[in-house]
Amino acid sequence: MSLAEPPMIETREVSKRFVKSLDLAARIARRLGADVREEVVHAVDQVSIRVERGEVVGLVGESGCGKSTIGRMIAGILRPSAGSILFKGEELSEMSPKTAKDAALAVQMIFQDPFASLNPRMRVADIVGEAPLVHGLVARAELSDYLDQVMRRVGLDPAFKRRYPHQFSGGQRQRVGIARALAVQPEFLVCDEAVAALDVSIQAQVLNLFMDLRRDLDLTYLFISHDLSVVEHISDRVVIMYLGRVVESAATPELFARPNHPYTHALLGEVPRLDLRRRSYAPVKGEIPSPLEPPPGCHFHPRCPHAMARCREEMPALREIAPGRWSACHLNDG
Amino acid sequence: MAAAEKTLVVRDLKTHFFTKAGVVKAVDDVSFEVGRGEIMGLVGESGSGKTVTGFSILDLVDPPGRVVEGRILFNGVDLVGLDEEAMRRLRGNRIAMIFQDPMMTLNPVLRVDTQMIEAVLAHDDVDKRTARERARDALGRVGIPSPDERLRSYPHQFSGGMRQRVAIAIALLNKPDLIIADEPTTALDVTIQGQILYEAQKLCRETGTAMIWITHDLAVVAGLAETICVMYAGRIVEKGRIDDVLDRPAHPYTRGLIGSVPSHNRRGDPLYQIPGMTPSLLALPPGCAFRERCPRADQACRAEPEVSTPRPGREIRCFHPHLETAA
Repeated sequence: MSLAEPPMIETREVSKRFVKSLDLAARIARRLGADVREEVVHAVDQVSIRVERGEVVGLVGESGCGKSTIGRMIAGILRPSAGSILFKGEELSEMSPKTAKDAALAVQMIFQDPFASLNPRMRVADIVGEAPLVHGLVARAELSDYLDQVMRRVGLDPAFKRRYPHQFSGGQRQRVGIARALAVQPEFLVCDEAVAALDVSIQAQVLNLFMDLRRDLDLTYLFISHDLSVVEHISDRVVIMYLGRVVESAATPELFARPNHPYTHALLGEVPRLDLRRRSYAPVKGEIPSPLEPPPGCHFHPRCPHAMARCREEMPALREIAPGRWSACHLNDG
Repeated sequence: MAAAEKTLVVRDLKTHFFTKAGVVKAVDDVSFEVGRGEIMGLVGESGSGKTVTGFSILDLVDPPGRVVEGRILFNGVDLVGLDEEAMRRLRGNRIAMIFQDPMMTLNPVLRVDTQMIEAVLAHDDVDKRTARERARDALGRVGIPSPDERLRSYPHQFSGGMRQRVAIAIALLNKPDLIIADEPTTALDVTIQGQILYEAQKLCRETGTAMIWITHDLAVVAGLAETICVMYAGRIVEKGRIDDVLDRPAHPYTRGLIGSVPSHNRRGDPLYQIPGMTPSLLALPPGCAFRERCPRADQACRAEPEVSTPRPGREIRCFHPHLETAA
């Protein structure tokens, strides 16, 4: 990797707000002087992430932390409310239509629930074959051969081309989802909880497939998951999010060996592991706060064992505490 | 320990579903026991029969399924064939169940206090105030802050983790002797799961409640249970103390399962893949159900493997177990 090469994907202080606008009754009530306001969720709050070519970056966090929203913005499904997303150094929103289309094809997404992301009324041949045909990646005459090749690539029998999604098992359906993404020859895959719904033995098969594809097709991944063991297994670098913000990011072995942020500490402490027997769980106190009313200052302070007065007021910045290690915690200021 | 002292003893249980397409042997010849204060992990993948086993104990299996054979001794009393009224007195009282989805337990249109007080009064002849106090104590015990206020809430006003805790509190209300927990933390976040596991451990330690923890997650069971039963296609293929089974797995399926769990000392290496996929329970191969996916299978496996006991407390249902690694 040369230093001059721009990252495959970079987000610069990207934010996403979801606004629940007032309905008629609420608008009338406001007119009459009632204190009703629009509800705003800061799903993603000034997040900067870089993914270099060939890298697998794991994005970890609990429900509502904004990890899926980031993935969707990178895949172009959602538009950021603020900030910019760069693909190979070029800003998505400023690209010419032609480059924007190429970028959109180069970034593909794989979803958690292949049942919800595959059209139940389409045959696999159409689900996988439609996009490459429309985008002129393959001629109609060669489509059948191309499909066979893509399906073999993900470990599906090409004889299943005429089947519908419901005729597959969960693991096979996820392979169809992967084939659909691979059919347009992407460079970058956003995998959003792509193995979360699968049984352990099937999960192992799909994870192995992801690693094979990475090696054979030179793919780059953003691997979004709540499952730390899976992320530890597959990622080169891990980014931890909490309530819309990045709290820590580091190379995978570093992060798991020496977590810096108290939230990362807590999270790692809770991960069940095969080699830890009849352990005493020491739970993190409290619940994940509602993203509608995140606590002021550091979002984690109500649950943090080390919280100080400053944490309640001032939001800690994400700073580089060692080369390649970033953390957002006031404790690092000594 | 004599069988009579165990809270639950299940012997040769068979629960079959008589469908139009054929007989589905969801639970086929399953035996295990759980002692006071003990947590047993019942592990298997989708369709292995672990949930139906739990349902069979509580007599919750709906037609076309029924328990066709076996005994379920709860504190020495056989639950198979017990009349409906006697079963009703046990359910939610001496035996409680926690489901993966707490909304299976909770009624969405009733306040939590209404539901909890009802559950107490259904089994106990106490006045309403005592019932209410018991409900409040139960909520407090599972770590719900300000239980007095939360009693007046509706289920939808709780978060997912809180809701699961309410469901657990309801299970605890009558201080049951046995709790069957069916994937209670699968839908929860890691930190919330940690809290629930902590409560479960504390409960069993302090009150002597026996627990069956049904899950697909080996790692959860590793941290929680004393004993483990691994199920495959309706049968327990391996059973024993947790350390013994996880450190020295003997059944090829157990080995495959452990090998396919990502673990931090094998980062980036390919995970072990069990070849093939779970067969349909309608079309199980005769003999050992795992043999078509098993690297050790041979002619012998066409016959049904019997349970062998290589050492006390350890049972394996396999012709070719990995015993050379045994201590």
